[in-house]
Amino acid sequence: MKETDWRFRVAHREAWIGLGLALFNFVWWFAFAYGLGSRPVEEYTYIFGLPDWFFYSCIVGFLVMVVLVTVVVKLFFIDVPFDEEQEESR
Amino acid sequence: MNYSVLIPMIVFLIIIFFIGYWSSRKLAGSSNFISDYFLGGRELGGFVLAMTMVATYGSASSFLGGPGTAYTMGFGWVLLAMTQVVTGYFVLMILGKKYAIMARRYNAVTMIDFLKGRYNSTAVVLLSALSIIIFLFSAMAAQWIGGARLIESLTGLSYQSALFLFAVSVLVYVTIGGFRAVALTDAVQGAVMLVGTLVLLVAVIISGGGISNIMQDLINENPNLVTPYGAEGNLGAAYVSSFWILVGVGVVGLPQIAVRAMSYKNARSMHRALIIGMIVTGFIMLNMHLIGVFARPILPGIEVGDKVIPLIALETLPPWVAGIVLAAPMAAIMSTVDSLLLLVSSSIVKDVYLNYVKPDASLKTIKRMSFGVTGILGGIVFLLALDPPDLLIFLNLFAFGGLEAAFIWPIVLGLYWRWGNKYGAIASMATGIISYIALHFYNIENGNLFGVHTVTVPVVLSLLAFIAFSLLINRQAYDYNAILYRNEK
Repeated sequence: MKETDWRFRVAHREAWIGLGLALFNFVWWFAFAYGLGSRPVEEYTYIFGLPDWFFYSCIVGFLVMVVLVTVVVKLFFIDVPFDEEQEESR
Repeated sequence: MNYSVLIPMIVFLIIIFFIGYWSSRKLAGSSNFISDYFLGGRELGGFVLAMTMVATYGSASSFLGGPGTAYTMGFGWVLLAMTQVVTGYFVLMILGKKYAIMARRYNAVTMIDFLKGRYNSTAVVLLSALSIIIFLFSAMAAQWIGGARLIESLTGLSYQSALFLFAVSVLVYVTIGGFRAVALTDAVQGAVMLVGTLVLLVAVIISGGGISNIMQDLINENPNLVTPYGAEGNLGAAYVSSFWILVGVGVVGLPQIAVRAMSYKNARSMHRALIIGMIVTGFIMLNMHLIGVFARPILPGIEVGDKVIPLIALETLPPWVAGIVLAAPMAAIMSTVDSLLLLVSSSIVKDVYLNYVKPDASLKTIKRMSFGVTGILGGIVFLLALDPPDLLIFLNLFAFGGLEAAFIWPIVLGLYWRWGNKYGAIASMATGIISYIALHFYNIENGNLFGVHTVTVPVVLSLLAFIAFSLLINRQAYDYNAILYRNEK
């Protein structure tokens, strides 16, 4: 009754990773958007024509998350079979 | 009638038909009709899975309404739209492998099957089937209206004829092909969306004289347009952040998304889908909403938000390219409608009829029921969309937030918290829906409570209800492996 399926331990860990990534994503998005964006418009600088707060929060933030998610999935996500008692078919 | 716009769209629809027909041939030779029709036989690969999630999720609002609002609000709304990037990876990571394993153990084909397996309660099943049927039916009808309006504005057909055209194309391949057809066409439609939005963005930037030029025009008109606070300066940080729940993490609770998280073949498909899905979602959302903002100096004074995208496409692109690009919102609407239609009909046939009315129905009856119910539902939506009653529009307002508040905890905590039980689940669903509706009216009267979107408080309340009722009534730890022992006996 108490023994846990090893695949569940993998799944639980990956769910926590997902939560962590979402939190990081939120902090990045929020900090740049409202940290830089709350200055008066005259002080904005423009990167590739876009306001700096938007560039860092949404464009760089998006790219950072893509890289981060890819790396995390490649390094830490484990391939497990979903069916009981049988090797995963290719 | 504008034939050079119309022809590419018709070609697009024909390709979609062909895919539906092709998958129906696969379905004819299938040994497990239910699982194949409603779930595509759990064998979606990474790319198709990613695209079907993006296409289901990207609906009329992300292609017409969202960019239209960005047109009025400026960059603040693009910032808000980018909260959706998180759904691309979050849903699959949170539901993830445990959901896939448990869904197989319960032999679950719908999200309700999963809840049934986990909580073993008739009340939970009927309550969730009822909320899905009511809320998603209304959400679907609203999408039909959007689709018909788009065809109307492109072709100059009357609203009725446009709606008819839309209804026929949707119904034909949902009824014949089922989930696999929907998932496959979603993949094609997702690809169309991706390319279409990019082409349009480039065209808009060129016609606006470059990004810096557009930015200068925006600042000259109203400096607030380039701040995160909206054109009137009234888009608060708390409000925008609460969209992280509504269109970000809360999406885990949407049945049409959750069902896709049990349809993949293996862990590798899931890993790939996670990465592709997030890139595609982010890319499409960023493009579409930037187009909305950039369109403002080029075509000032558009009153109806939904028309911004069609008008700017016709303005900046040669007609036949505009036809292909506008197939993107069309694709988004169609794929959302298809999957909602299939989901509502699966709730009726699979979750209610097979569970409680006639569990021993023969395969032939089930087949006929599935096609029939899907067809009849389509007919009803069509009739309703001809002259949409107020109730429909009203229910649609609740559809996403209401379903999220109802389902997020029964699914997520059901999966990860072994103390969760049926009393918690029922309390959580009831609390979520009731508090959502109540708060909706409160917010209309008094402005947003705590300055956040309506969905926020009900999601917290339904969490508290889930925990409190699970611990107070009949507290018992759930054994996730018990189902295996039962199967072995």
